[in-house]
Amino acid sequence: MRPWLLGRSLQAAITLAVAIVLLFLLVHLLPGDPLAREGDRQLTAVQLEGLRARYGLDRPLPAQLGAFLAGLARGDLGTSIEYGRPVTGLLMERLPATLLLGGTVLLLNFTIGLWLGVRQAVRKDGAEDRWLTTLSLAGYATPSFWLGLVLAWLVGIRWRLLPPAGMSDPLVTGGALSVSADLLRHLVLPALTLSIVSIAGTMRYQRSAMLETLRLPYIVTARAKGLAEDRVVWHHAWRNAVFPVLTLFGLWLPILVSGSVFVESVFAWPGLGSLAAAAVGNRDYPLLMGASVLVATMVVLASLLSDLAYALLDPRVRLS
Amino acid sequence: MVAVEALQAVWRAPRGRAGLTFLLFLVLLAVVGPLLLPDPFRQFDLLDLASTPPSLEHPFGTDQLSRDVLARVVSGARISLAVAAIAVVLSVSLGAGIGLVAGYWGGAVDALLMRFVDGALAVPRLFLLLLVLAVPARVPLVWLILLIGTTGWFATSRLVRAEVLRLREETFVRAAEALGASRRRVIFRHLLVNTAGPLLVAATLGVGDVILLEAGLSFLGLGVQPPTPSWGGMILDARPVLEAAPWAGLFPGIAITLTVLATNLVGDALRDALDPRGA
Repeated sequence: MRPWLLGRSLQAAITLAVAIVLLFLLVHLLPGDPLAREGDRQLTAVQLEGLRARYGLDRPLPAQLGAFLAGLARGDLGTSIEYGRPVTGLLMERLPATLLLGGTVLLLNFTIGLWLGVRQAVRKDGAEDRWLTTLSLAGYATPSFWLGLVLAWLVGIRWRLLPPAGMSDPLVTGGALSVSADLLRHLVLPALTLSIVSIAGTMRYQRSAMLETLRLPYIVTARAKGLAEDRVVWHHAWRNAVFPVLTLFGLWLPILVSGSVFVESVFAWPGLGSLAAAAVGNRDYPLLMGASVLVATMVVLASLLSDLAYALLDPRVRLS
Repeated sequence: MVAVEALQAVWRAPRGRAGLTFLLFLVLLAVVGPLLLPDPFRQFDLLDLASTPPSLEHPFGTDQLSRDVLARVVSGARISLAVAAIAVVLSVSLGAGIGLVAGYWGGAVDALLMRFVDGALAVPRLFLLLLVLAVPARVPLVWLILLIGTTGWFATSRLVRAEVLRLREETFVRAAEALGASRRRVIFRHLLVNTAGPLLVAATLGVGDVILLEAGLSFLGLGVQPPTPSWGGMILDARPVLEAAPWAGLFPGIAITLTVLATNLVGDALRDALDPRGA
């Protein structure tokens, strides 16, 4: 286990380093001045020079990269142009809301999605299987920002069933219970939107993992023993077919993070996604860069944890 | 040859046929539609015809600038399909080329390319594009297509590399090499042809992804620039008036969903036909 873990961690570190250098070069090598937006504000050439010096943009590229990496090592991602505050602090303030939303969506996908995937596998090629495939693909094909707008408008504004925006109602006071209930009510629409557009993947993996397992001889044995079909499906087959799907959580992170850019900004959810969308609108490149570095770190870590979980559950991986 | 058989297989699958029929209809509409419909830029009457509900005259209603929503949806189909088609051809070609090089040459070239691909895949494509698109004030359409295309080849190159590594060990490739076939002949006649199936599947599914991506970027104001009609941009424009004129935002979203669903149904049917291992 140890050499496997060491090798895999080294690989993750290299991947992250490549990703960070790539992000840096992307911003600095492409035509267009990262401070061009300041031109909108009719700055004089002298002021622009001053800004370029302040952000270190007047130094040669390798020196800038060195400064960026040195800052990164100290957890310093620079200063946001729009907010005038350290990027790291801004990102950390917004991280919990995104983790709450993303975690809820994963929970939804890993309960409803897995259950539907198993149903599909058991009824392979039947009407329900085909309809569920088409429906989940339709969800995957729906633009999240559009679905969010429609749900916020219908459920939130027209029917007034749930709050259409934000994370909490400032008028709700009282005990922890009513505050949590309020948070939950705000969470429903964004989580539902993000889950609808992302659940297809989980369903699909669970369906095929389950189909593989249902073909194995020990399932035939279980059926031959005369066990009830429900018991064969859930106790014998599903137990083995669920772990490969669960350990894939690292795979969904890029999809969830990208989706949260749209969903969070539509629902004014105060997370990383809406921060990134706002940074785009403000052309706040240090903030956008910091958000991208954080996302890349999360993706690499999640993929490492995914592999680790899989290796713990399946010894064949770490021995080969 | 492969393409014709693949199309026949898609047509035999009911869901594949539904997807293909819708896409053919959409392409036809995108080509012929603008000739029959009003000018998508024309503002009919800002005072009396802004945000009017669907009617015989304007089947999808008008937007807040009194432009015909149907004409703009059809015109947006042109843009969406063109962007997706060109960007996907670009990214699949890049992915095939780089995957072939990595898989065939191996060694240090392969190691370097694949470490780069690992790193690039760690950043979601949306974030790569946000970074490059947020810096310049306005991005011309050609650049948008190039950027979407050049950020989409990473996974494809991995796929092609894996296929090439597998195929290199196959007897028919060994035989060709033993018979003195040139490197070029081996690559083009044997390796590339045999990766055509998975590539076609990746390309089809890639079209749906790019349509969603372009719509998302346009919704953030970074994609297709107004007044050129694009589905994402129309939803952005309709957002502040969703209560007064829901049709202006609903129809472009339905168009995106149906188009992406159709390409994914075709992609699924293709995969079932060409690449049974992935099913």
